[in-house]
Amino acid sequence: MNRNAWSRLLCLLALIVVAPAAPALDAVAVRQLAADDYEAMVAAVNRLAAEGDVAAIPLLKALQDGVLGVVDDRVVVVLDGAVSDALTGAAVGVASEQVEAVMVNNRVRSAVDTALAALRLAAPARDTRLAAAAELAASADEEMLPLLTQALERERDPAVRALLTLARASLDIKNPDAAARRAAAVALGESDRPATRQLLLALLETQPGGGFVEPDAAVRAAAQKSLAEVDSRLMIPRLLGNLFSGLSLGSVLLLAALGLAITFGLMGIINMAHGELIMIGAYTTFVVQNLFRVHLPGVFDSYVLAAIPAAFLVSALVGVALERGVIRHLYGRPLETLLATWGISLILIQLTRTIFGAQNVEVVNPAWLSGGMAIGGDVVLPFNRMAIIAFAALVVLAVWALLNRTRLGLNVRAVTQNRTMADCLGVPTPRVDWMTFGLGSGIAGLGGVALSQIGNVGPDLGQSYIVDSFMVVVLGGVGQLAGTVIAAIGLGEVNKLLEPHTGAVLGKILVLVFIILFIQKRPQGLFALKGRSAEG
Amino acid sequence: MKPYFASLRSSWHMKSKPYFASLRSSWRNMMPDSASLPTPLGRLFGPRGWLILGGFAAAALIAVPLSRLLPPEHVLHLSDYYVLLIGKIMCYAMLALAMDLIWGYAGILSLGHGLFFALGGYSMGMYLMRGIGTEGQYGSHLPDYMVFLDWKEFPWYWAGSEYFALALLKILLVPGLLAFVFGWFAFRSRIKGVYFAIITQALTFAFMLLFFRNDTGFGGNNGFTDFKRILGYPLAEASTKTALFMVTAGFLVLMLVGCRWLVTSKLGRVLAAIRDAESRAMFSGYKTRDYKLFVWTLSAVLAGVAGALYVPQVGIINPSEMSPAASIEIAIWTAIGGRGTLVGPLIGAGAVNAAKSWLTVSFAEFWLYFLGALFILVTLFLPRGIIGLLGRGRRP
Amino acid sequence: MSARDALLDSVSGDATGLAHRSRAGEVDVSHGAILYVDGVTVSFDGFKALDDLSLTIDAGELRCIIGPNGAGKTTMMDVITGRTRPDAGTAFFGQTIDLTRLTEPEIAAVGIGRKFQKPSVFENLTVFENLELAMRVDKGVWTSLFARLDSEQRDRIAAMLERVALADRADAPAGRLSHGQKQWLEIGMLLMQDPQLLLLDEPVAGMTDHETERTAELFLSLAGAHSLVVVEHDMDFVARIARKVTVLHEGRVLAEGPMDKVQADERVIEVYLGR
Repeated sequence: MNRNAWSRLLCLLALIVVAPAAPALDAVAVRQLAADDYEAMVAAVNRLAAEGDVAAIPLLKALQDGVLGVVDDRVVVVLDGAVSDALTGAAVGVASEQVEAVMVNNRVRSAVDTALAALRLAAPARDTRLAAAAELAASADEEMLPLLTQALERERDPAVRALLTLARASLDIKNPDAAARRAAAVALGESDRPATRQLLLALLETQPGGGFVEPDAAVRAAAQKSLAEVDSRLMIPRLLGNLFSGLSLGSVLLLAALGLAITFGLMGIINMAHGELIMIGAYTTFVVQNLFRVHLPGVFDSYVLAAIPAAFLVSALVGVALERGVIRHLYGRPLETLLATWGISLILIQLTRTIFGAQNVEVVNPAWLSGGMAIGGDVVLPFNRMAIIAFAALVVLAVWALLNRTRLGLNVRAVTQNRTMADCLGVPTPRVDWMTFGLGSGIAGLGGVALSQIGNVGPDLGQSYIVDSFMVVVLGGVGQLAGTVIAAIGLGEVNKLLEPHTGAVLGKILVLVFIILFIQKRPQGLFALKGRSAEG
Repeated sequence: MKPYFASLRSSWHMKSKPYFASLRSSWRNMMPDSASLPTPLGRLFGPRGWLILGGFAAAALIAVPLSRLLPPEHVLHLSDYYVLLIGKIMCYAMLALAMDLIWGYAGILSLGHGLFFALGGYSMGMYLMRGIGTEGQYGSHLPDYMVFLDWKEFPWYWAGSEYFALALLKILLVPGLLAFVFGWFAFRSRIKGVYFAIITQALTFAFMLLFFRNDTGFGGNNGFTDFKRILGYPLAEASTKTALFMVTAGFLVLMLVGCRWLVTSKLGRVLAAIRDAESRAMFSGYKTRDYKLFVWTLSAVLAGVAGALYVPQVGIINPSEMSPAASIEIAIWTAIGGRGTLVGPLIGAGAVNAAKSWLTVSFAEFWLYFLGALFILVTLFLPRGIIGLLGRGRRP
Repeated sequence: MSARDALLDSVSGDATGLAHRSRAGEVDVSHGAILYVDGVTVSFDGFKALDDLSLTIDAGELRCIIGPNGAGKTTMMDVITGRTRPDAGTAFFGQTIDLTRLTEPEIAAVGIGRKFQKPSVFENLTVFENLELAMRVDKGVWTSLFARLDSEQRDRIAAMLERVALADRADAPAGRLSHGQKQWLEIGMLLMQDPQLLLLDEPVAGMTDHETERTAELFLSLAGAHSLVVVEHDMDFVARIARKVTVLHEGRVLAEGPMDKVQADERVIEVYLGR
């Protein structure tokens, strides 16, 4: 038996020993917990919390879990079929089926949460108190003010104290005494919570009939000062958070568009099934995950690493099959290629539905990609998104090296610049074609691995990225790797920076409109190569 | 008279009129010498063409209503199901016609025609929503979804939506104006080919997102449905359905004749010239941007009309009509029938949609396989479509 | 009388459609020159395709322009016809028309016709229709929608068909013509436009000797009434028609003068034969 279990056992023993000695719970309040009236229930919950009796904790938990009930006008708890009196804990001789469960609504539920937090402030474990204080700082009820004051008096841990001070200040801000309000306004300046801003802003509001909501000028001045402090403290993490989301979205767009930059940008093939190659990469990740779960559960967390080459290969193979089977017959007919590859995408989607079902499949993050890093305020940078940014950077680097430092890259550039001449010089153009297309498709598969870690994996996954991917390539300028990178990151950033002001959908529409207008000015994209008109 | 004069007259009209090929020589002999290039109405189609067109019009405008007068048990009675199905397919045929005008003749592939179709549909839908009156679930004069959103009155852009005449105007103006503005920008910066196709796809995608929002005020995901009446006539009634069917058939015939007239005019030849060699056309003094803008806007308006006729018959319009997939499907109707033939796309729209309504009922999971294969096979093996397969028709 | 009628009236004056005649919006050639290119510079990514190029073409002149590949010949035509905007410099048609402000169709409308290096005809239209579309009429959208050919216009097309030796192919799609026939058709289309200045980019490439000879005759007959600028690599052809030759090199005028004088120029020989 490990240490943890021992300490739990000790706690249990302590409870058993201590419980009978504790003062009896407020019987009226307990009875009121089962009232028909939600108002009365909330009042009862708050009263129990205000009395500060830890014995109320299991009772409130029972209410929260929906196992509190009424039988013969007695409030009872039903646990594993056994019915016991809520007040005394004595067994009640009725069948659990006879008990009428107490229903709660959201208001009661949140009152219970707050009350539980208040009661837990007395808990011996520091982490429990910290969590409870954090909850109260976000949602304290006025009735808990005495409780908070008590807790503050005995609390020694600075982190918990800070949170409690905040919680008390958020209540004191409504105190009729101007001095208390002022002290609260000053104290709130220490906060880095977005909710605090609302409280402070409320003080500074003007009334419809003129004059301020807050009559005392000194309080207003303190609030103003605190607001500035809070804002300056929140601004940096917020901004960082937004920039990070933008970078992360940009990396996703980049991974989705990079393959297209090769097949469309370099080869000029309009592949509308590109999104489905991403989808295939994501499903490959799903399959690899399941294989690991069954055959290699010990190293399950590293399934993502195995999925990367697997997804590349599967998507690349599908891509090569498409190129050899359909696309090569349509070279020089872009509109026909567009339609044929759209047909391919439909078939791939339906094939996925037939094999894996129409529902989304679950791809779980390995442990090392779960969670995130808090950077202050309420801003957390998730690890999986950080990994995607790094992954995108690596892929770009690899593609760049492949195109500029290898024989294949040389051949690709030769063929894209002058196919006839390359052919004459002995470059095996058909082989370069399928290898390049396979490369672009494989990179789409890599994009699928990344997407599987941050979003839903379903047959329609690719459809949602195809328009965006084309926009990135068109915006970046066809045939320009650097342009694609900058366009992807730029679009991601613009999207995320617009989002707080316009909402996600409107932001996206604005970006599309922007792209359409941008192409008016620079039809060749960001990195245009001006040239003599080729047509005679 | 020099030989090329006689041949000139036959050159354009005849080649683009496949079903008339066999009568070509006899028709030429009927031509008076003073004939001029814009084809007089009577010569837009050959005798057999007019015969088929007349037969279709007679069937749709006389035979169908008569059959609808028979009791439902009667063998010759055309059921509501088929009236709806054929009516729907006729709307799609108009849409394909609009697509052929812009893609088949001007060589501009639009992947956003579903948007114009839907805008025409929404314009009609707004009027139909007003027709519900207080018969909605909440008994309010507002549509149910507005009550649900807790709106107290119609947003400003719903002003006048209760007037049918205004709805008709909107059906023409909304898709037309949007196409005009978009086209003005796009053609000005000489976007063409796949770029144009992709940007039109982005355009319809953006509008789909916009219409999905509840706040946009067009019913969000669910769009408009549960219409009750049009011009006071209940939509549920068989006679209303028959009337809508006849109006649709009439519009289809008019549109076909109109498009035929357009493509046999000099403007039609200029479009073909732009399609084949745009810079030559420009250096010949044609402001190709104006031509493209004209036919693009016209095509969008036709698509809007098709959408407006579609909505009262099918009884629903929602943003899924604006999805990129819906728009690209129009291209395949046109391609499978044969681009640049006008009649081909009608056949294509009919064949594909008949297959769709059969397959999605009987073998739902095969529909996408079928459609996907159609895209691939038509582009690989049937570049000139069914009309081309018949060994006639003009190379697009 | 509407503007359109005036225009149609003016074109119907001559049944051959070839002769120079007065019309509304006449180009002002009062100083004897029809085209002024002055100090034009065009650069693509640092590479100067045209470098301070200046050139004057007199009314009725037949000028040949030669120069090695990349000398800027096609770019010069692009600037004159509005396809490329110069970074610096001006191009004037006559005394008054600033070509750098006009679009391609507007430039065609004021009377400049251009033949491309690669023959460019409407392949899916018949030869007759190609000429019909090129004919000088109001080319607005509405006019085209209701346009009809009158007998005079048909006669003009017929005459042109004879002139470019394609009368027996009038009904054939232009795409089925031989390379040389396409060149002739394009020249015919140019003439149907009735331009005052013709820019011809390698007009005899791919022609048989007989066709080349006939082309030379045609050009010589056009000069005087029209101004012609011919870019050509075929030196025999140039020698056959040239009165004055301009040699372009690296976007500048290297030499200018009669053919024999230019051919004897040291710098020209150096450019053509290399150092």
